Amino acid sequence: MRILREILRRPSAVFGLSIVLLVVIAALGAPLLAPFAPDEQMFDGLTLDGAPIPPDATFWLGTDTLGRDLLSRLLYGARTSLIIGLVANGTAVLIGLTVGMLAGYLRGPVGNALMRFTDLMMAFPALLLAIVLAALLRPSLWIVALVIAMVNWVQVARIVYTETRGLVERDFILAERSLGAGHLRIVALHIAPHLVPTAIVWGTLGIATTVLLEATLSFLGIGVQPPEPSWGNIIFESQSYFTAAPWLVFFPGIAILLTALSFNLVGDALRDILDPTQRGRM
Amino acid sequence: MAELLLRRIGGAILILFGVAAVTFVLLYWLPADPAVQLAGRSATAQTVANIRRELGLDQPLPIQFLTYLGNLIQGDLGRSYTQKTEVETLILARLPATLILMACGILVEVVLGLVFGIIAALNRGGFVDRAVMTMSFVGVSAPQFVVALFFLYIFAATLGWFPMSGFGTVNHVILPATTLGVLGAGWYARMVRSAMIDVLAQDYVRTARAKGLSETRVIFRHALPNALLPIIAMIGIDIGQFMSGVVVVEAVYGWPGIGQLAWQAIQQVDIPIIMGVTLTSALAIVTGNLVADLVAPLVDPRIRAR
Repeated sequence: MRILREILRRPSAVFGLSIVLLVVIAALGAPLLAPFAPDEQMFDGLTLDGAPIPPDATFWLGTDTLGRDLLSRLLYGARTSLIIGLVANGTAVLIGLTVGMLAGYLRGPVGNALMRFTDLMMAFPALLLAIVLAALLRPSLWIVALVIAMVNWVQVARIVYTETRGLVERDFILAERSLGAGHLRIVALHIAPHLVPTAIVWGTLGIATTVLLEATLSFLGIGVQPPEPSWGNIIFESQSYFTAAPWLVFFPGIAILLTALSFNLVGDALRDILDPTQRGRM
Repeated sequence: MAELLLRRIGGAILILFGVAAVTFVLLYWLPADPAVQLAGRSATAQTVANIRRELGLDQPLPIQFLTYLGNLIQGDLGRSYTQKTEVETLILARLPATLILMACGILVEVVLGLVFGIIAALNRGGFVDRAVMTMSFVGVSAPQFVVALFFLYIFAATLGWFPMSGFGTVNHVILPATTLGVLGAGWYARMVRSAMIDVLAQDYVRTARAKGLSETRVIFRHALPNALLPIIAMIGIDIGQFMSGVVVVEAVYGWPGIGQLAWQAIQQVDIPIIMGVTLTSALAIVTGNLVADLVAPLVDPRIRAR
């Protein structure tokens, strides 16, 4: 409740939150909201010359090169973005938390090995790695989510590692240990709760990165495969046509931008609110 | 200092070997088979087997990897499957184009970041300040390929100021470099802003002002140099971002750099090229981080003590 109140005091976070809600509504309500079926190639969806129709009264955002309604495809595309955003980023945060917490708590050879591996992953150009993986695996919604998770966990692991190391040194952990608490108890009851804010912040900020990465992979033709609509592959499909039909790039582009932006804004506000070192400074 | 340098370089080399190992194993395990790809659709099993033997792909993974490592130590990245040329040659031929693009992109980013960051810091709470803070978020949220397509639509297709794609003249580099640099510029401006605000609150800046120096001199001679440290570090760390961005920007603008080389190689399952480009990028990233670490104490004596 306190968090929500704090968020409502920040105009940029309110903006972000409303867009996030809009995207969620679009994704959940796509079948009800969409004026047409997303993959229906309509007879009147193309001009007589076979060109896509610009936005008009029937097709609010115009049609694509196959005569499908762009608005309907965008609404269904919101589902793709959100599913991948939640699944891929959720997995990334979980992996990051596990690796970071293990490495930070155990330290020693195991912790060292885990962090060296994390450093190694940091040296990979993330997008190139994602492209190689996505292109050489058979692309599908779940593969794309998995690939993104494999690339995005690294940053979370680093942050969690640093935080856990700081926590382990603290007196209350020492006290707990001297009382005879087992490792599992210490980690689950005394370390993990302190990492919840980090998980929430990265669970939000990471969705922005994920949405962008999915869009980029789909734009390159190795992400979500047509005819399943995704904001990235709508642009991929109409790329060669974009000077004649700019709305086919403009609307999905704006959708990607606004979605990533709003998750970034909300995540940033959450970081301000939840980070105890920031508390009281505002 | 020398010992630290040696230890860091040693660490960087180890990381590069790690990257080589991980990429090698990943490419080995992935279902795409280069031999099948090369042989074509109508090839017999015998042809595929022959190609596989010829490329050494019939050897067990550890043997293949050791052979690769042995060659790598001698600076040999192997031969491309499809282009029948040494991978080093292919990469070196493409590298200058990518480096030019990256350098121009970094230039755009740093110049815009400095200008807007300083203006924002000097007008805290003002219009430019708020615009910079907002734009920094828009910049990191904007998909690069959409921005690239829009630059093309507005400045190339509609206004005709720049060519649609290609390489060779200054006009060719402006749009790709701006695409690469403009999105991150907001974030740089943000960093410059906060560094400047910190520095401007320092006693020595007050002293400089008190002894009657002009505001320009205070800002550029006393404040700015001390605010630059985070920027230098950030450029080093950002090399990875740039390496990633280059792939997309090169694809959209038809820029003949290593990003495009990689993209073609990925589609043809040309493993030696994929390995080569990944290692080159990793080398750039590791070097960038190393430089960021090593330059910091040179610029800021306070860090040297630690």
